Amino acid sequence: MALMRMRQAVMKALDDALAEDPLVIVMGEDVAAAGGPFKVTEGLLEKHGPDRVIDTPISEMGFMGAAVGAAVCGMKPIVEMMFVEFTGVALDQLTTEAATMRYLSRGKFTVPMVMRASAGAGQGFGCQHSQMLDHWFRGTPGLKVCVASGARTVYGLLRSAIEDPDPVVVLEPRVLYGEREEFDVDEKYRIPLGKSETVREGKDVTVLTCGAMTRVVTEAAEKSNASIEVIDMLSLWPWDEAAVTKSVARTGRLVTVEEAPVGTGWGGTVVSTILSHSFGALKAPPHRITLPDAPVPYNGGLEARYLPNAPYVTQQIDALVSTGRSPQAWWKQAS
Amino acid sequence: MTILNSDVPTARRAALGDRIEQLKRMVEIRAVETRIQKLFADGMVRGSTHLCNGQEAVSVGIARSLDPDDVVTCTYRGHGHALALGANPVQVLGEICGRTVGCAGGLGGSMHLMEASVGLLPTFAIVGAGLPIACGAAMAAKARGTDRVAVAIFGDGSTNIGAFHEALNFAAIRKLPIVFICENNLYGEYSRINLTTPVSDIAVRAASYAMPGVIVDGQDVDAVAKAVTEAVARARKGDGPSLLEMKTYRYSGHSRSDPATYRLPGELDAWMKRDPIDLFAKVLVDEKAIGANDLATMKDSVAKAVDKDADSVLAAPEPDQKEIFAHVSAGSGGEDTRWNFWSKSTSNGHRTATPSAGRQ
Repeated sequence: MALMRMRQAVMKALDDALAEDPLVIVMGEDVAAAGGPFKVTEGLLEKHGPDRVIDTPISEMGFMGAAVGAAVCGMKPIVEMMFVEFTGVALDQLTTEAATMRYLSRGKFTVPMVMRASAGAGQGFGCQHSQMLDHWFRGTPGLKVCVASGARTVYGLLRSAIEDPDPVVVLEPRVLYGEREEFDVDEKYRIPLGKSETVREGKDVTVLTCGAMTRVVTEAAEKSNASIEVIDMLSLWPWDEAAVTKSVARTGRLVTVEEAPVGTGWGGTVVSTILSHSFGALKAPPHRITLPDAPVPYNGGLEARYLPNAPYVTQQIDALVSTGRSPQAWWKQAS
Repeated sequence: MTILNSDVPTARRAALGDRIEQLKRMVEIRAVETRIQKLFADGMVRGSTHLCNGQEAVSVGIARSLDPDDVVTCTYRGHGHALALGANPVQVLGEICGRTVGCAGGLGGSMHLMEASVGLLPTFAIVGAGLPIACGAAMAAKARGTDRVAVAIFGDGSTNIGAFHEALNFAAIRKLPIVFICENNLYGEYSRINLTTPVSDIAVRAASYAMPGVIVDGQDVDAVAKAVTEAVARARKGDGPSLLEMKTYRYSGHSRSDPATYRLPGELDAWMKRDPIDLFAKVLVDEKAIGANDLATMKDSVAKAVDKDADSVLAAPEPDQKEIFAHVSAGSGGEDTRWNFWSKSTSNGHRTATPSAGRQ
């Protein structure tokens, strides 16, 4: 098994897709000549040429829309958003235009495009460059949303997203780009969209997470007194309701660990579904471990406090399992 | 006077090679818009609807200058463009009345007309949204080795939104085969252009993007066609984008029952003196293509045909509940009928595929 960094896996996924399908194009700010601000597109221009690896102006609405139009007319564009926040100025093109094109044309015009974006906190980029923002896309009919948690999953998700006949958002936790994982790339490897993965089996509590939180939760699970089942959601829309329901039926407890503020996190949807349809299986209230409803702080100490870490997650899960009650978040605990 | 008419969109488009058919199409657009007004008053149209009476020369002038596999994006004031490009009145009225015979099966409504066989993407209900998408269509045409062009049609109001500027910039630096066509009808929704826009000629904005900007008499169908033909030829040759400004006027308010009391006094009357249908009829009379009374006869017969179409629309079924889920995503239900642009094009770019069905 070879060690591969997540950014290398992104690059490999793009490279393989470009090599296999002449309709695939990659476009975004600084992706070609500069090789990408996070070096995830290094070498693609030299290998595939300027007609397929395209530097765009800093003009997200313009090139996101161009990707939509190119997709309708037979291309398979992969758009890079340098930071997911930049999607804010281009959101119409994705959530209103791309997501409804198939519907409005009754299946005649479809949009097989991918928007990949670096996302998330942990590196001191400050509050306008550190959010996940999956809630901007999640729940939009016609749009799929997934989150990678390392080299293997980013490769598998990206390849599936590129082959998907509809628009897909792939979020890449920026903090993981440099992380290495044992992973031998098989060019046929895919992770189906809409499916989760059980990364650790357990019998006391089902812990759902995704993205950079997956390794935090895995570490937390090792230290816990309880037997913890960890599920990497991978896809946030549609989400793997069947797998989650099945796991909760077995463990009787549900915890979500989300890199998202309370008000917008994906756990809200998951918990409400489980409460409605698996109420009888629950031995304890579902519990959400999230970010506080506050912007991401710049200061290193504060950012570390702001994000869930392994000891905190362990402590929260253990409290839930031992007391049968949902513990208070750190910012609500008496100081 | 020849009257030919098939209801098949590609045949309707091809018919525009004939000058009398061009006049007839302008008359048809006016008749359909007039009928929609009545349907709206009768409560048969939900939400909102945006009429283009007075702008018919722009629609027909553009349509007669494009090939059916050129790609067109346009705004929600798009009934005229859809009809001119080839959608038939049943498809248009049917969509506006939410019936299965509509071009989107009644799921889209007045703001979302489309017809794949003549290159019309679903019309855009968000101001400016179609321009970047047209850039992408132009990118695809180029990347796939065709000489097809994209045309983005939008109003003067769109030229103050970021999408306009981003699209022109993007098209210019990539030298895309695209023509940007602004219908300057002097009003963006309820506001006159002088209240919202620091220039009165939109065409001057082309200078910032190093492309030609041309002012065109939008009431003169031949002037429109000449300008569009030149810009399309330029785009097909690989010389890049152009911005055309059609000076025109909408006789109706912005939408629904807007009485447009904000107009300048006398403005509407002055524009109606240069009515595009009357102007073109006079040209055809002068060319001896039609007789002096033929326009009146044509208006009458077209209005009757449109009334008949409206009757058939109102008798048509409403969509089934399962259509809510059809076509949300692949696999959510609904037949996959993806339109393959240019897939069966010959080397000169002409489609050999069978066009999709017209009137249902």
